[in-house]
Amino acid sequence: MKTCLVVDDSRVIRKVARKIVEDMGFACEEAADGQEALNACRRAMPDAVLLDWNMPVMNGLDFLIKLREEPNGKKPVVVFCTTENDMSHITQALRAGADEYVMKPFDGDIIESKFAETGLV
Amino acid sequence: MSALPPAKFDFLSQDVKKRTGLILGPEKAYLVESRLGPVARREGFASVEALVDAMMRGDRNLCVAASEALATHETFFFRDKTPFELFEQAILPAFKASRAGRRLKIWCAAASSGQEPYSLAMLLDEGVGPDADILATDMSGPVLEKAKAGVYTQFEVQRGLPIQRLVKHFDQTGETWRIKPHLRQKIRFEQGNLLEDFSRYGRQDVIFCRNVLIYFDIETKAKVLDRLAALLADDGYLILGAAETVVGLTDSLRPVPGRRGLYAKPETAAKAAAA
Repeated sequence: MKTCLVVDDSRVIRKVARKIVEDMGFACEEAADGQEALNACRRAMPDAVLLDWNMPVMNGLDFLIKLREEPNGKKPVVVFCTTENDMSHITQALRAGADEYVMKPFDGDIIESKFAETGLV
Repeated sequence: MSALPPAKFDFLSQDVKKRTGLILGPEKAYLVESRLGPVARREGFASVEALVDAMMRGDRNLCVAASEALATHETFFFRDKTPFELFEQAILPAFKASRAGRRLKIWCAAASSGQEPYSLAMLLDEGVGPDADILATDMSGPVLEKAKAGVYTQFEVQRGLPIQRLVKHFDQTGETWRIKPHLRQKIRFEQGNLLEDFSRYGRQDVIFCRNVLIYFDIETKAKVLDRLAALLADDGYLILGAAETVVGLTDSLRPVPGRRGLYAKPETAAKAAAA
């Protein structure tokens, strides 16, 4: 079973996202900030990461840059999922190694369509 | 169920069929309230029934507005993926030699709000094929206006469109996303109804006509397919929706073997099969 790490400081968003990725057949892990996410990846590298931008302790972009430097850190497909909806944030994320980008608000169709773009489903 | 009395529902479904070919059977009665309710409110009627009464008294503009509202305009960028893969991997290579030095003519019949022609324009802009003139038609004026503007909501640009293509082919203006002007200029938009004569569009190399025929009765499907075939170049291709076919409807077109959704004139289909 493929695994997806949902990284968001909002418990409500994590719950919604978990439901969506589990319905798509993923096993889901959660992290509340970038540092927790990095620790989780060091324990077990997921197939996919659904990643918020603004979080306490470590934000999504810093997490992504650190993740891509990890051994095996290029493996996960990283999909940003954030309210940062302007072109400059998007290009910054892509330069840092994001594979896809979801602008909040999102729904199951959008997540599924973006996961399909990256070949995850 | 619709609250419309049977006589009024019958008038409505006959009028819509006459104007658009759409079959509004009793099983579609639930659409009447949800799609005509907003039209009735906008036009100042107390109910859908009052709107239909005015249509029955012969208000042509209301009849057109009702037909447009009852049609399905559902679309998104690179919808169903396969047709665009076929376009890139089968159709364009086939034309590369035979159309050398001449622009390809592509027609998106029932282009709705423009996502299909713009998806093709993006592919062509990314250098997958020769230059092309894209004609995009739809029977609905308001929907075509949206297509022409090329402005989409955040929700619309997230359906089917990879983020790299959003960045490459769109400009952000506040909350909305606008297709780049040079892509918009590749496309000519024109209001057109598939039930009416469309021979003025001239010979076409590729015709996309997806998810339209499913709403027509068999006789209308057959007639439209024959007229599409008459406009299609001898070595041209027709792309239909996943739930549509030419089989049993016309002899002038055949499925291209091994290419789901792709149709051509018999000789071209046979050649493609042998290749």
